[in-house]
Amino acid sequence: MKSFAKALVSAVALSSAISAAPLMAEPKAEVLHYWTSGGEAKAVKALQEAFSARGGTWIDAPVAGGGGDAQAAVLRARVLAGDPPAAVQIKGPNIQEWAEAGALADLSDVAAAQNWDSVLPETIQAIVKYEGNYVAVPVNVHRVDWIWANPEVLAKVGATVPTTWDEFNETAEKLLAAGIIPLAHGGQPWQDATVFETVVLGIGGVEFYRKALVELDMDALGSDTMVKVFDQMRKMRGYVDPDFPGRDWNLATAMVMRGEAAMQIMGDWAKGEFAAAGKVPGKDYTCASTPSDNGYLLNSDSFAMFNVKGDDLVEGQNLLAELILGTEFQETFNLFKGSVPARTDVPRGEFDECAIKSMDDMVAAADGGTLLGSMAHEIAQAGAVRGAFIDIATAHFNSDMSSQEAVEKLVSAIKLAQ
Amino acid sequence: MSRPQLKILDRVARVLPQIVVAPSFALILFFVYGFIIWTGYISLTKSKMLPNYNLIGFRPYERLFQMDRWSVALENLFIFGFLFIVIAIVIGCLLAILLDQKIRAEGAIRTIYLYPMAISFIITGTAWKWIMNPSLGLETVVRGWGWESFSFGWTNSETMAVYALVMAAVWQASGFVMALFLSALRSVDQDIIKAASLDGASPWKIYIRIILPSMRPVFMSAVVILAHLAIKSFDLVVALTGGGPGYASTLPANFMYEMTFRRNEIAVGAASAMIMLATVAAIMVPYLYSELRGKKHG
Repeated sequence: MKSFAKALVSAVALSSAISAAPLMAEPKAEVLHYWTSGGEAKAVKALQEAFSARGGTWIDAPVAGGGGDAQAAVLRARVLAGDPPAAVQIKGPNIQEWAEAGALADLSDVAAAQNWDSVLPETIQAIVKYEGNYVAVPVNVHRVDWIWANPEVLAKVGATVPTTWDEFNETAEKLLAAGIIPLAHGGQPWQDATVFETVVLGIGGVEFYRKALVELDMDALGSDTMVKVFDQMRKMRGYVDPDFPGRDWNLATAMVMRGEAAMQIMGDWAKGEFAAAGKVPGKDYTCASTPSDNGYLLNSDSFAMFNVKGDDLVEGQNLLAELILGTEFQETFNLFKGSVPARTDVPRGEFDECAIKSMDDMVAAADGGTLLGSMAHEIAQAGAVRGAFIDIATAHFNSDMSSQEAVEKLVSAIKLAQ
Repeated sequence: MSRPQLKILDRVARVLPQIVVAPSFALILFFVYGFIIWTGYISLTKSKMLPNYNLIGFRPYERLFQMDRWSVALENLFIFGFLFIVIAIVIGCLLAILLDQKIRAEGAIRTIYLYPMAISFIITGTAWKWIMNPSLGLETVVRGWGWESFSFGWTNSETMAVYALVMAAVWQASGFVMALFLSALRSVDQDIIKAASLDGASPWKIYIRIILPSMRPVFMSAVVILAHLAIKSFDLVVALTGGGPGYASTLPANFMYEMTFRRNEIAVGAASAMIMLATVAAIMVPYLYSELRGKKHG
């Protein structure tokens, strides 16, 4: 069967090669992605147009749904059949895994020509490099550790956006007493994990986050600090409304907009919801980073380039890589998507106040060594380890498990997943 | 002249059934049993993101049974499967008996009860999710009527979520069970019933002693159909509870999907699939055995 599939694939490849033969080395790229809705679809369209404008042939291969799960299945099948797409939207440690499997192309030449090393923060370079060579191109940076707050609601109890976790708890108690939901939250595992990682960063600090969630240091995972993190999570459980299980994140955002809830902890894709409802940053809502020692949790989408044969395809990959990290595309794309550019030298004129704060903080965090990959969003961890973190965070948040028990379970689950 | 020709045709006619079923037989052999073997093999390797063919023994099974998520899923399967089968059969059987009382508009009522089966589990799950949502479903409605302390937040409770699954699944399947039983009730020999009632047996006794025992094969079919529905349940969980709160209401099929397609744990996913297969086999094999043995005797 496998050999039959191979024969079929090579027959198709052959016939397409014959039809493409007269147009020698015209750049061509099949792009596998899961950006199929709203601003994301527009953003991809912008890339497609830029690619065509430079004489390239873009073969669109969108796989809708599942937040990339469906795409991952397609990708696996294509690679196993020996016919990988040219560019694929994957991120975080998945890039390293594919690179280790020998499936990714080396982009060093484009990188050198475009001087990527000087425009990308090191944390991001580490994500897209394998053994020192670029194998993927970062598209954007989403910050995860944000508090989205409704200032009017906070003013009702005489509060502003908290800057420490103690203040957060105080404000939340006051809001509860006033009959307002302090924290808008959706009880889906990834959302629980998003709150969990911001609390790890806040309570434990940057170094603790790095040790526990990035390096998986067993002492850090089993430490008293982690117990305190779960204690804080237990308090947070008291700040959400009883209907939170299963709620989608954008419905939680809407609760903040309507003034039913005061705050939401969510990545900056939440900004798109505010913008779509015509809300103005600074006036209708405020964006502030969650309390921490200048930490910055980033989630970065990227395109990895797979090993393909044929001059036109390689040419297409190089052109695509150049365009994706070009200033122009980084600007248009991120304006559509609500994120900020991965490179640090993009003009800021068009971006809103929250995005500019995000860019400033990213540069500061990169200089101060406090720029970290998000665990919940598959940058610091992926696959089984990320799953284990999410399991424990969500199991603790949705039950009456004690903090001590949660820590013990966390240590054994991470050991099991490694 | 015509004799040899007839012989050839005869031969063709004799092997024709084999020729006709051969392609589907081959396809099933390959795509069902072939892949069962493949999955079994993969479950003994250390496959992570991509399949890997080096055998490492039963390590994936050991890891599987150390996972809290798996023990929750397996326990849920037993609770869900047992309650779903028992309740659906009891309700279906009662409905069938009541419908069997020669009532008016029976056809229409039968159709109404049977219709939920025509709906996909995704729709059932979504509808029940809304019904059971405390802030927009039944709870709010009943409180609006004045019963302030009424509470019905099953999908939001770690301990009750699995029972919410049972409720939705029973709603969907009991009409189908009713149809099964109704046709069986109709095929019971009327003479026996008449004889029993002439002997002075009450209708209740007739059902308990004569009719229900004679329907044993239908009970068996109902159990087998419902059991495999329970074991392969996936979409209902996705739509109704999303496996939550936390992972309190996941079932083995959801676990398998999560491991194989989202966590790069193909070997563990395959191991869980093999355990599910073993569970199905544990139900099916005794059933088939008793059926086949029964046929020989008959």
